Amino acid sequence: MSGGHPLTARQAGLLNCHVCGQLSRAPADGGFLRCPRCRAPLHMRKPASLATTWALVIAAAILYIPANLLPMMTTASLLGSQEDTIMSGVIFLWRSGSWPLAAVVFFASVMVPLLKIFALVYLAASAQRRSRRRRLQRTRLYRMVEFVGRWSMLDIYVITILVALVKFQGLAIIQAGPAAVAFGAVVVLTMFAAMSFDPRLIWDPAADAATDPQDSDHA
Amino acid sequence: MLAPDAHPSLPAEPIACHECDLLQTEPRLAPGETARCVRCGAFLARNPPDSVDRTLALSCAAAILYLIANVYPLVGLEMQGRRVEVSLAGALRVLWRDGMEPVAALVGVTTLLFPVLELAMILVVLVPLRLGRISPRLAPFFRLVRAMQPWGMTEVFLLGMLVSLVKLSHLAEVILGTAFWAMAALIVVLTLAGRAFDSRLLWRAPLAGDAA
Repeated sequence: MSGGHPLTARQAGLLNCHVCGQLSRAPADGGFLRCPRCRAPLHMRKPASLATTWALVIAAAILYIPANLLPMMTTASLLGSQEDTIMSGVIFLWRSGSWPLAAVVFFASVMVPLLKIFALVYLAASAQRRSRRRRLQRTRLYRMVEFVGRWSMLDIYVITILVALVKFQGLAIIQAGPAAVAFGAVVVLTMFAAMSFDPRLIWDPAADAATDPQDSDHA
Repeated sequence: MLAPDAHPSLPAEPIACHECDLLQTEPRLAPGETARCVRCGAFLARNPPDSVDRTLALSCAAAILYLIANVYPLVGLEMQGRRVEVSLAGALRVLWRDGMEPVAALVGVTTLLFPVLELAMILVVLVPLRLGRISPRLAPFFRLVRAMQPWGMTEVFLLGMLVSLVKLSHLAEVILGTAFWAMAALIVVLTLAGRAFDSRLLWRAPLAGDAA
């Protein structure tokens, strides 16, 4: 950076409005402030960011288990009844020859939620340890988690359409299983977890080290 | 309001990155250019040409497409001359009656409620802006738009419909309804509208200065 260490808004005692980007001087007493331009509440960092992220990620990790083990849907026809989990749905798609779609569903429903939980645990743990390593990579990981989370909703939508079409056709009876509720909860919880994580926490330890010369030789 | 004297090395009109908090000067952007954070590469600002007019036109188109997507059937099945079709509302009703109320609510909120609220809020903000009336009352609506954006998942829903049709294609002939194509167009139009909108226009004039 030009002219010494990079300077952050926090070091300058400025609050950055998350809606309109207006910078305001933080009150000396640390009191509550609204943005003078758009009236959004101002915070130096998202309040209780790490505690909220941890709570939501742990809840999502617990619900991930029933989401994958319980049946996602139950099919009943003249030929008997069958229960499908997420994985057996993927295997069905693979066997019926639509392997690109099998790959999409496997990735969106099995891999993305799992990788998202691991990524959020890594981000929260490294921010809590005030790690100064791989800051740029961790910021990119955070962006990826935010971007990709919504695609996990895929299986919920598949069930919605399947249940309705098959019911109207009268071929068989398809019902959504208990895994659908758990799976929906995993998606919503991980999205909230990603929203509650403040990516600026990744950069704060480095900024603190730069202003404290005794610490900066480790950077 | 701004505090350029807060620190001697602060640039004249600084902005801070939302993702890494670095203070920097916002570069002057030519039409169509995008500014990114020098340290972490996060999006800072874009200068789309004709922002208000284009966003308004695209949002009106999106509102019409949205209406079509909810009135006409989305997908259907045809088997031995018998044809069944479902609309979004019909599919939600079936799910709700099957005792899957939480799932039906989640699907309804992400594919029906939030997209329409988002569109309505965008219009509420844009129409006065186009008429040259910048009002402090616009700010909370814009904040609502920002809060709802991650939860509108029309494009994921479209892919979900395709997957379910492939699953059923060995049983019956599948039909893509009018609403399906309207929804596909809606996704394109909404993406373009999002790219065309320059939120900085809202804050050019001091919005809430008189409300303090």
